[in-house]
Amino acid sequence: MAIEMEDVEHVAKLARLKFTHEEMKKLKRELDAVLEHARVIESIETEGVPPTSHAIPLVNVYREDVCEPSLERDEVIKCAPWAGEQGFMVPKII
Amino acid sequence: MKEEILGKKAIEIADMIKKREVSASEVTGLFLERIEKLEPELGSFITVCAESAREKAKEIDKKIDSGEKVGRFAGVPIAVKDVLCTKGIRTTCASKILENFVPVYDATVIERISEASMIVIGKTNMDEFAMGSSTENSFFGPTKNPWDKERVPGGSSGGSAAAMAAGEAPWAIGSDTGGSIRQPASLCGIVGLKPTYGLVSRYGLVAFASSLDQVGPMTGNVADCAAMLEVIAGHDRRDSTSIPAQRNEYLEGLTGDLKGMKVGIVSELSGDGIDEGVLRCFRLTCEILESLGVICEEVSLPNFEYALSSYYIIAPAEASSNLARYDGVRYGFRARDNADSVWEMYEETRTGGFGQEVKRRIMLGTFALSAGYYEQYYGKAQKIRTLILRDFEKAFERFDILVSPTSPTVAFRIGEKVDDPLKMYLSDICTIPVNLAGIPAMSIPCGLDDGLPVGFQLMGPALSESLILNVSFALEEEIGFDAKPQTFRA
Repeated sequence: MAIEMEDVEHVAKLARLKFTHEEMKKLKRELDAVLEHARVIESIETEGVPPTSHAIPLVNVYREDVCEPSLERDEVIKCAPWAGEQGFMVPKII
Repeated sequence: MKEEILGKKAIEIADMIKKREVSASEVTGLFLERIEKLEPELGSFITVCAESAREKAKEIDKKIDSGEKVGRFAGVPIAVKDVLCTKGIRTTCASKILENFVPVYDATVIERISEASMIVIGKTNMDEFAMGSSTENSFFGPTKNPWDKERVPGGSSGGSAAAMAAGEAPWAIGSDTGGSIRQPASLCGIVGLKPTYGLVSRYGLVAFASSLDQVGPMTGNVADCAAMLEVIAGHDRRDSTSIPAQRNEYLEGLTGDLKGMKVGIVSELSGDGIDEGVLRCFRLTCEILESLGVICEEVSLPNFEYALSSYYIIAPAEASSNLARYDGVRYGFRARDNADSVWEMYEETRTGGFGQEVKRRIMLGTFALSAGYYEQYYGKAQKIRTLILRDFEKAFERFDILVSPTSPTVAFRIGEKVDDPLKMYLSDICTIPVNLAGIPAMSIPCGLDDGLPVGFQLMGPALSESLILNVSFALEEEIGFDAKPQTFRA
């Protein structure tokens, strides 16, 4: 099963990326090649095999809920491409 | 003075500075001079911190002169991959989207090297967001391999590897998600170690695939590697995946005694798909191991065959999620302020800010996680990951460590694989299983094939850094690899 052009368009939308039609066609070919290679794993028997998300088992780590100094707001805001006095500025949202 | 310093171990330079045989300023000046001379041709660095490095060196000299306390490796310069946040020094990840990003905090690893009074001499080139095996995917242009400037240094930590091979720094730091420390170390003839997942803090490391990323040393020799690991390893409460383990004395563990050890040669990684010249060097090294009293036997890890497929689902999936943060709002590049809506701004920022390979992986990862495909790809890949872990566990019941070549080929030509993603991905075939299992592994140079370095990979169970370092130490001594590229003598 090859990846469809509509899939590529849909995924681009999800990823918030824009492509020209030509780029989209090239991407489809490249993704097809990688997914084709990945398809070998479909035939592997994994009945009853648990998934691994982290290789080194660690139980969730909590810390005491205590206030600590954090980065200075003004310093952090300075990194933004567009900042107001109080926060980050963005174009129209609604 | 140049000959005295260049070619010395970093820990020896540290001693010389402490004993005031040479000053931190002289050492820093020497490496900065080399960088200035070699950079136009090599491109190992994205940012050279000449001014701040000279200032820091002066401070350290003053302290040493007045008998004040300094850190353990005071005054020794270090090259840092541009994937680690450095306060006040721009951190680009070789991406246009972070071209002008200046972090307001240091990564934990940077804090630790600063506590040791080491001097950040520059930020090294890499594949954008560490995605690549050749350092060709950099917004700032490719890095050349000092052994042959028509060839790649490997990647993604290619800048750090090239800087080491050319003598632009006494030691360097890289990061490894699927082989990004070990493969360039192999292609540039240096030592590189990927620690156990969780041994070194990821706080301040720009995330690629969070369940696989690790920071590690890239050095000219095994002792430096052990010493730097002592500096950067250890628990950090700011990284919730950090292992609360005791810190190890890695340098002390370098005894060179290997008698009675059992080493498994991974059959899946030492036959088909590996170049003949690489295999020749690899087999010779296994014979050297035997001559040191080690028992070497072949061992099969059958699920390795599926490691690459599994990795190229899991890593892009995690990346697509991690890279969602680049939206042009809080830091980094923004396409334009006068977009009609915030959505348009997001899309234009990401489309204009990311390079081709990063977009390809975001697309692949988003697809693998999208409704209707999640179980088929991502779910399945995670189960394969378990099978690979079990293969390793089983092998480590019989063997102390496992070995293989680090890379299936020596350094390839610039442009050779860059237009064929799958071919490029195959460069990591020997290194990827280790990241999926979270175990430590390192690459040491074991010979030359056609004048280009070949790497030997050693893999051990979780937290066995001392063991693989010690085996590497004994091998290093016995192999006596002392070849240097012409560039090094320049």
